[in-house]
Amino acid sequence: MNQNELYQQVILSHNKSPKNFGKPESFTHWAEGFNPLCGDHYFIYLTIEDNVIKNVFFEGEGCAISKASASLMTESLKNKTVEEADSIIKKFHDYMTLSEGDLKELGKISVLSGVKDYPARIKCATISWHTMKQAIETPVSE
Amino acid sequence: MDSNILAKIREDFPILETEINGYPLVYLDNAATTLKPKYVIDRLSKHYLYETSNIHRGVHFLSQQATTYFEEVRDKVKNYLHGNSTWETIFTKGTTGAINFVAQSFGSLLESGDEVIISQMEHHSNIVPWQMLRDRKSIVLKVAQMDERGVLDLEHLESLITEKTKLVSITYLSNALGTINPVDKIVEIAHSKNIPVLIDAAQAIAHITIDVKKLDIDFIAFSAHKMFGPTGVGVLYAKKQLLEKMPPIDGGGDMIASVRFDKTIYNTIPYRFEAGTPDIAGVIALGAAIDYINSIGLKNIEEYEHELLQYGTQKLSEIKNLRVVGTSPDKSSVISFVLNGIHPHDVGSLLDSKGIAVRTGHHCAQPVMEFFKIPATTRASISFYNTKTDIDRLVDGILYVQSIFE
Repeated sequence: MNQNELYQQVILSHNKSPKNFGKPESFTHWAEGFNPLCGDHYFIYLTIEDNVIKNVFFEGEGCAISKASASLMTESLKNKTVEEADSIIKKFHDYMTLSEGDLKELGKISVLSGVKDYPARIKCATISWHTMKQAIETPVSE
Repeated sequence: MDSNILAKIREDFPILETEINGYPLVYLDNAATTLKPKYVIDRLSKHYLYETSNIHRGVHFLSQQATTYFEEVRDKVKNYLHGNSTWETIFTKGTTGAINFVAQSFGSLLESGDEVIISQMEHHSNIVPWQMLRDRKSIVLKVAQMDERGVLDLEHLESLITEKTKLVSITYLSNALGTINPVDKIVEIAHSKNIPVLIDAAQAIAHITIDVKKLDIDFIAFSAHKMFGPTGVGVLYAKKQLLEKMPPIDGGGDMIASVRFDKTIYNTIPYRFEAGTPDIAGVIALGAAIDYINSIGLKNIEEYEHELLQYGTQKLSEIKNLRVVGTSPDKSSVISFVLNGIHPHDVGSLLDSKGIAVRTGHHCAQPVMEFFKIPATTRASISFYNTKTDIDRLVDGILYVQSIFE
């Protein structure tokens, strides 16, 4: 795989104009993800109602791979039930870290599949997903 | 450096003939580890193939021969650093091992409230051992500031010194910024208050002529692998007068004169600090690395690398939306930079796709990144086998990265 394929147009455009980027006025769940090794730093904000992820936002700073991955993730998990989201997160994680299954069934996210061939960059792709999992489990304290 | 000599030198490093992603390798990650010349590898392999033996106390030929070769390296280190019998060579696992040893051994002599001064531009290996000592002995760790160019603030350093200050520990050459620190002035300030100085020479050792006699350095630490030698070996070169007062940290074979269950008598220095079988082949190969550097001449290396650094700095500063991080007037071998709107890890991956090896990240100097309010930099670090063509390839590579992110 060539690095040009790693930096595909979809990834570059999500990096440039990330979807669902920013801190919403209200949210029910949130989490912070930080990789001190590279400085990638993201926040995930969720609104979960009746077990459905009604709204997803993220904000933070990082490399193009991490930002595009977060942006694509927010698109794919919006309006999913918590169980569906968990299953997608697990599929993505298993593919990236264990090379199990493939990303085709996850739609657009499959543009990230090349990252797996760059061991030093896998954490860039997975940081927002780890943070998402944590956010789902972390309601805003009253 | 004459282009014929340079071509000849490059032939000493077979790795330079390899291709990475279809391009001839441009190795600009010398601050992480230098490449190894065949001469050093041959010495390493000669030991294992034809000379294997443990050192000290063996009466058979091979053991005596290995002992001689191993011990000779202490003298090679002494000559390389322009030392004399005032100092002693102690072999360690590396710079980190050497600094940790001082923090544990010299550190054990400190009392609660005593102070150690480091600087804002230290590598983690000259921060964390002192934090661990702070937590163990309740000492105070003070940090001398630098300015926005990455130049150490000597006045601030001096203002931190009190009657409780017991050690100043500073890097000779910053691995993240390329700043050469004024070791002569640092030692002068510390010695005027009778405070010993430890110099972290991990980055300096292959780039700067070091004269411990002239500089009157008390402790100096470096690694073999950043001077064309093997990984896993390093040196603490220190004044005997200080070492005599310091307790051993590791107990075991070789560090003792006699062992009885009621009382053990320690060996003399340096052996007292070298428990267990050391990396014999690695130390002998360090000696070969010193011989190799001397065969080229460190003065010639300094001159050529200075020319390369100026060429690189000039070429990089012509690139739009690029900022060099670390602009001290006194620099060596390192160009750290950031590109507007492009994360260093993306820069590193895309340069790699063109066969260019640089390092991206915080370079084990997170406080430096914090100071400049950046998460990371891309660092190109040179050695004497690099060429202006390497710099030109780097410049083309950076322009390519910027074109991808346009």
